[in-house]
Formats: sequence, structure tokens, C-alpha cells
Amino acid sequence: MSPPVPSKILTDDVSLLMVLIDSNPHFWSSIKPHFSFSKFLSHVLAFLNSILLLNQLNQVVVIATGINSCGYVFDSSSGSVSQRAESLLPKLEEFAENDESLSERDDDSGNGVGSSLLSGSLSMALCYIQRVFRSGPLHPQPRIICLHGSPDGPGQYVAIMNSIFSAQRSMVPIDSCVIGIQHSAFLQQASYITGGVYLKPQQLDGLFQYLATVFATDLHSRNFLQLPKPVGVDFRASCFCHKNTIDMGFICSVCLSIFCKHQKKCSTCGMLPNVCRSIFGQAQTRDPSASQQRK
Amino acid sequence: MMNRDINGEGRKFNRGEEEEEEDEDEESGRGRDAWERTYADERSWESLQEDESGLLRPIDNKALHHAQYRRRLRTATTAGIQKGLIRYLYIVIDLSRAAGEMDYKPSRMVVVARQVEAFIREFFDQNPLSQIGLVTLKDGVAQCLTDLGGSPESHIKALMGKLECSGDSSLQNGLDLVHDLLNQIPSYGHREVLILYSALSTCDPGDIMETIQKCKSAKIRCSIIGLSAELYICKYLCQETGGLYSVALDEPHLKELVLEHAPPPPAIAEFAIANLIKMGFPQRAAEGVISICSCHKEAKFGGGYTCPRCKARVCELPTECRICGLTLVSSPHLARSYHHLFPITPFDDVSPSITNIPHKLPKSCFGCQQSLLNPGNLPGPWVACPKCKQHFCLDCDIYIHESLHNCPGCESFKQSNSVTNMEV
Repeated sequence: MSPPVPSKILTDDVSLLMVLIDSNPHFWSSIKPHFSFSKFLSHVLAFLNSILLLNQLNQVVVIATGINSCGYVFDSSSGSVSQRAESLLPKLEEFAENDESLSERDDDSGNGVGSSLLSGSLSMALCYIQRVFRSGPLHPQPRIICLHGSPDGPGQYVAIMNSIFSAQRSMVPIDSCVIGIQHSAFLQQASYITGGVYLKPQQLDGLFQYLATVFATDLHSRNFLQLPKPVGVDFRASCFCHKNTIDMGFICSVCLSIFCKHQKKCSTCGMLPNVCRSIFGQAQTRDPSASQQRK
Repeated sequence: MMNRDINGEGRKFNRGEEEEEEDEDEESGRGRDAWERTYADERSWESLQEDESGLLRPIDNKALHHAQYRRRLRTATTAGIQKGLIRYLYIVIDLSRAAGEMDYKPSRMVVVARQVEAFIREFFDQNPLSQIGLVTLKDGVAQCLTDLGGSPESHIKALMGKLECSGDSSLQNGLDLVHDLLNQIPSYGHREVLILYSALSTCDPGDIMETIQKCKSAKIRCSIIGLSAELYICKYLCQETGGLYSVALDEPHLKELVLEHAPPPPAIAEFAIANLIKMGFPQRAAEGVISICSCHKEAKFGGGYTCPRCKARVCELPTECRICGLTLVSSPHLARSYHHLFPITPFDDVSPSITNIPHKLPKSCFGCQQSLLNPGNLPGPWVACPKCKQHFCLDCDIYIHESLHNCPGCESFKQSNSVTNMEV
């Protein structure tokens, strides 16, 4: 795909903001005393309204990230001209109920705080942004902000990395505002690679202040501001055998699996369908007649 | 070319004296009027098409684009076929007299250089662990322009600095040189050559068939993109070595053919021995630290990465540490290749005329929320994912399969276990 032509017809400060809200009920109940989902929403709604006030042409789209599903809950460009962000509340409630009903069928609610489907909402946000790029030379500058708190789900690693690389190619920054106790390694990498801002606010009671001062400005004005710089992004890999973070390791040349010690056989290659289990150091034994047929 | 320049200068000289009267002639340039140019240069008849009853209609770009993409997807390899992820590719560019032809504007050589630049960037984007080298064919000899390396800028700079064409091109000399250069690479790497051939003949010092057999036994996969016409020797070379031969019709077609070689080709297992490669994952050095970097040999402030084995500072990744030779990568570089190993399934076409109850049809695309109905409330063509059954518009289909490599529907619904269970 050819890279999109940057928009120069609208003034530089028109933005399209894709907001990914984490609605994982397990996470929100786990931080109950300090913060609650309703307080969080009041900060976020004020933030969204202020974005819409900054420029008449700004657009805001909100996608909710649940534990079993993801869905669009607000689009400021659809429907009536002056839509306030509060109109997302009924849709968000409907989404949350739907999400919870999907999980009653599974029985793994005793797992503690599960992870929410960040890869799904990132993919949906990127598809929407591509639609905006296709609409012609007059389009706002898009960016994505993830308001996330659930822990990282290791099963989503490949999907999230694919989304990050696609965002990097389309020049869409991914900002992250991490609510909660732990840092998120995935979001740190996302913000670093795409050129966005990663922030973990110290005092959640003042969340609106953090959002308004760090994340509200458009991309062009960011050149003139001192925004939080990326510190300590860890790009080291984990080995597949022990899941430890390693400095130096061995990579299988066929499937790129990472091992911490030299071994005779690659344990992953056997699982990929139709791929011979890689035995290191020897050519695969096959008779020449079979290889002729392949050609 | 020389004549035109003289004419142009001559005109300008005259114009200085008669500027006001010659404004109209100025715009026609080069002796032709604008209306003549639309026939000679722009081939305006190609933008029309006939429908079934013989009436003219303009080309429906969106459906055409989607059909092209579908064709690409069908010919691309499906999941489960082993791909060569660590590639050592030499690009051989023909800079003989034939490259100065102007059937591609402004000349074949410039167009080829432009496409090679785009290809190099795309190649390193999709294959971060691979390396490229450049070779030119000029005056009957082959010269190595740049050595195998992983940095796109150095290749592009070297190429743009050396765009002159003359003499004959010799396919055999090019293959000999590449064969010798590729002998030095480690055994786990896949050896490939991409030749961009403009000439209609080859001027060889010996028996080219022997050279072709030599390349075949050295397991080098040669692909050729011709710019003039199909040549038997090129076809034979590609057939013997398992590569692709194609001839470009015009500049957009050339671009498509060149970029086809960016994703990793299917690998033949015997061609590269599976091996465990030792690699380092450097940490980013702390901000504010002053150290001497090993690539530029000068003191640098902050940033950079530290080699885990010898602690030398390097400026960017991926690279090979100059002091101890360890390959240095970061985990996103490896992650860039994972989508080649776990591609997503192609979506199925959904025709609006099948027995779907009209009010149950989805109103909008799951990914971008665009309406799936054409103006007039008639459903247009769209696609659906066979796994999660969500519906997508044609543009999202193209974007998802060519750039994103994730199905938003499959990612947005919790599944019990997924194939992509790789944890890093």
C-alpha cells in the first residue's frame, strides 16, 4: 500500500481522535476504592467535549474495549451536528451489558483480572482511519488514544504488533494513558514505535488535568510542547522455553522462535502445519526426485 | 535528447525578445499543442471501456482494484508453506544503452531507479533481518555498487549517485559476479537475485548455460523483470532456478511487479539449512550518557543501544556489531515477520443476491462502519470473514490483508485458543 498523502488542505490543527476505552469489569472492580468507572467516565466525557470545542471540525470516535467483544459507541460526525459526548452513555451501557452476558457462558471468572481485547479495538480504529484517508484530500489528522488499565494479554502480542506496524506505516500516533497499577509493556512499545505519548498518571483524581494538558493538543502543536518523553522502553525479547527476558539468544532461521540455550531441535517449527521440524545444522533429508517435482 | 535541449534553449533565447506574443506557444512546448499531447503521451483512449452492448463507459476503478487484489491474493502462497525469512538479495540493474530509452518517462533508467528505491524501503519493512546488495551492468561488465547491508539509506544514496547508461549488458557477467558474492553468506540464508533487464540481448564472454547451471547448483533463486520484451534466455534462467520472470507493460505495472518480490517467497527446504543464529537484544542506553559510537567513530550524546556482548554502542537497529560481529535486533523486528508465518485467511465474497433475508443483512462494515449499501439502498458487493462471520467492505478487505494482517472481527471476539499463541 502506498503511504497516504498528508493532509495539507485543512488547517493543521484539525484532528480526528479515536478513543479506546477499557471497559473490563474485572479491572474496574479491582481498583474500586481508589477510582471507579463512573468517575473515570466523568473525566473522559469532559475531555471529549473539550476536544470538540477546540475546533469546529474536530472529530471524536469512541470504541469500547471489553473482555469478550469490542464495539463503536460514539461517532461525533454522525447524526446531529452538535453532539455532546454524553450521548455515548446509553450505548456504552448497552455494550457493557452485552459484553457481560457473553461472558456468563464461560466459566473462567475466577482467573482474577483478565485482559481486555485491545487488539480488536486497535484494528477497528485503524480500519476507520483508513476510511477517513480514502475520503479525499480534505481530512483531519488522525490519532489514537488508549485509555487502558487491564494487564497485557500475551496471546494478543502478534495482533497488537501488527496493528502497531500498520499504524506506523500510516503515520498514525498511538497515545497511551494507563490507569491502574502496572505499566503496560505493549502500550509502551506502541507509543514508542508510532511516535505517540505514553503516560501513567500519578493521581487518578486529576485525570482530566492530565488528559487536557498532555493529550488534547493536535499533532502539529506537539512540536512546540514539552510532552512526557519515553523512558525505559524495554525491547528485549523473552525466550520461548522459560519466558525469561534475555539479552542474547538463539533464533531459529525458519520460524524465528527465540531460545536462550542452544538446542538440537526447534520446538516450534513442528507445530506450524506443513513445516518440517527443523533440525539444526543438517540439510533436510529428502530425495532429489521429490524436490524436482516441487518445482 | 541532445537535439531537444538545443531546441529548447533556442526557443528560450527567442522568447526573451518576443515574450508577450509567444505565451501560447510557450505552453505547447516541444513543438506540440496540448491537444496533440493527450494523444501522443497520455493515451486517453485507455480510460474507456465497452460494456456488453457496445456502449462506452468509464472504468469502475474500485471494482477493478478489488479484482486485482483478489488475483494477487490467490496467486500468493497460503499459510503452511515455509517461507524464506532471512534473505540475502542482490538487485542487478541493467544500465546499458537500452536503459536510456524513453518509452518510460523520463527514461527507463530513472523509472527503474525510482521503483528500486521504493522496493528497498518496502523490502526492509517486510524483511528486517535480511540484506540487500546492488550490482550494475554497464559496458559489458558487472560492477558491485554496494555490498550486502541492512541500511536502506546507503543503498539508495549509492544508486542515485550513479545513474548513467552506456554500452551493452552482459547477463553472464552479472550472474558470475553475484554467484561469487553470494558464496560468502551463511548457510541458513536464502540467496536471491532480482534482475531488472532493459536490453533485448546479452553480450557474454562464455557459455551462459554453464553459468546458469552453476547458479542452480549454488541454490540461487533468480527472478527477472524485463522492460522491453520477453527473452528466452531470461525465461530459461528463471525456470531453472525457480524464480519468476515477468515483463512490465508500463510504469504502474512495473511497480506492481517489483513490489511482488518484497514479501518472502516460498522456500525450498533444501536451499537453506535450518540453523540457530545467535542474536543479541540490546537495551536502549540511558539518556544523557556520552559514549563513542562504533558506526560513526565519534562521540555521541544519549540514545543509542549497547551490544550485550562487548558493550559497544550502536546507533540503530538492526545491525551487526562492528566490534564483536553479533547480530543485534529488537523484538519488534522479529515481530514484523510473524505475519508471514501466520497469515490471515482470505475473506469470502458475499453476493447480495443469495438467499439472505434482506432485513438481516448487515448495514455497515464491521471495521470502518461505512454503509454497505450503495446509494439507492441497493446492496453493493462486500466480503465476510469465514471464521468470525463479520462483514467488511471491499476497501477494508484490501487494507486488512495487505497492511494490517489482523481480522478485526476475529480479534474482537474472545476465542478459547488461537493459532497465534506465541508469547514473547
